[in-house]
Amino acid sequence: MAVVAAKPSEEPKSNTKITGQTNTITLRISRSNPSEGQESTFAEFQVPVQKWTTVLEAILYVKQNFDHSVAVRYSCRQASCGSCGMKINGRPALACYTKVSELNSNVVTVEPMNNFPIIRDLAVDFKQLISNHKKMKPFIIREDSEVTPESKEFIQTPQDLEKFLQFSYCIKCGLCNSACPTMATDESFIGPQGLAQAYRYVADNRDKGKDERLKVIDDSHGIWRCHFAGSCSHVCPKGVDPAMAIQLLRGYMLGFRK
Amino acid sequence: MAERLSNREGIKGMANPTRYGIERFAYWVQRLTGLGLLAYLIGHIYETSTIVNGKIAWNQMLELTQTPQGHILLTLVIGMCVFHTANGIRVMLGHGGIGVGKPGQPEYPYKAASLNYKQRLCIWVSIALAALAMMYGASVLFGD
Ligand code: HEM
Ligand code: SF4
Ligand code: FES
Repeated sequence: MAVVAAKPSEEPKSNTKITGQTNTITLRISRSNPSEGQESTFAEFQVPVQKWTTVLEAILYVKQNFDHSVAVRYSCRQASCGSCGMKINGRPALACYTKVSELNSNVVTVEPMNNFPIIRDLAVDFKQLISNHKKMKPFIIREDSEVTPESKEFIQTPQDLEKFLQFSYCIKCGLCNSACPTMATDESFIGPQGLAQAYRYVADNRDKGKDERLKVIDDSHGIWRCHFAGSCSHVCPKGVDPAMAIQLLRGYMLGFRK
Repeated sequence: MAERLSNREGIKGMANPTRYGIERFAYWVQRLTGLGLLAYLIGHIYETSTIVNGKIAWNQMLELTQTPQGHILLTLVIGMCVFHTANGIRVMLGHGGIGVGKPGQPEYPYKAASLNYKQRLCIWVSIALAALAMMYGASVLFGD
């Protein structure tokens, strides 16, 4: 291949620009196994990436070529299953939904999400998230919710649907809980994920279970712990906007909103 | 699992205002100014309570506070008070579900409607009002 020396003015301004050609980055992976008493250390790998390479693909490259013992959870690789949340260069994000090229850095550091117990390396324990989610009774509550041959569908207008649609897009990835400042200090807080799901059902006009749900969140570790710092909505990959859901729900409970 | 293994960020993470945009910064400043005002209130009660010890004690306290350091402190208190009040009104309205946007169909790139320009504008206005009040306060305190 003929190499044409580029004039200085044509040189890229920094070496972080990743073009269609293969570039090599340093991937720093946090390794730890706390239940075995193994503190976190960083393992560094040189990984070839292209414009479209995702952080998850870079981690899988390491597993295939250098060290298959790196623990990472993933499934769908398309921002749908909510498995691959981690801290990428200091911020919670989905590894499958973050391209290396958009990080504008030749060094990519991946760590397990904060505010979740670490299982090993990048995999964290979702027990609390799932149990808080379940406490919100994430289903339509009404006497006649069993569909029988005689029953008809529950009619909703597009406007009725819009009141809760975006909140139903939650994939339980936990990024919001790991960004939340209250979650950082209060181990019993329900968290933005759960509270947003409570509103998803409260705002659904087919649902008749408001009182049951409101009893659970009207708690000193419930909705009143939210300070509207907005960090949850900042990191949510699905546009759920948990901060909005929580404020609307609180407005409803305070009587400012219907 | 033991909380020790929880990887919880703790106070350091809670109090880090450098990530997650200006809304998180405002949250942090609201806490800091709230605590600052509380400290000032306690100090202020102590200061003014010297009057029960008579005129001489009161005048001695005034001499202590009416120094350049005292003026700088008061200027800071003015700023804290104005920011805390203005941003506090934004936060209270937000907590009531006012000005936090309307639910709708999320569209890529999924900008959160609750982090809207009205919220950001209110934060900047709170900062600007605090700065103006501090400038006016300092000019009164230091000017003769
Ligand atoms: C008109 C005046 C005031 C308004 C509108 C106001 C509003 C607020 C609001 C809305 C919060 C809650 C913020 C959150 O949820 O994160 C707050 C917190 C707080 N305020 Fe005020 N406040 C005012 C005056 C004061 C004064 C005079 C003091 C001190 C004596 C004070 C001390 C505090 C403290 C210590 C906090 C707790 C900080 C936190 O939990 O984040 N506030 N204020
Ligand atoms: S609200 Fe958003 S960030 Fe939180 S768990 Fe659901 S999809 Fe993830
Ligand atoms: S692998 Fe499913 S969300 Fe990333």
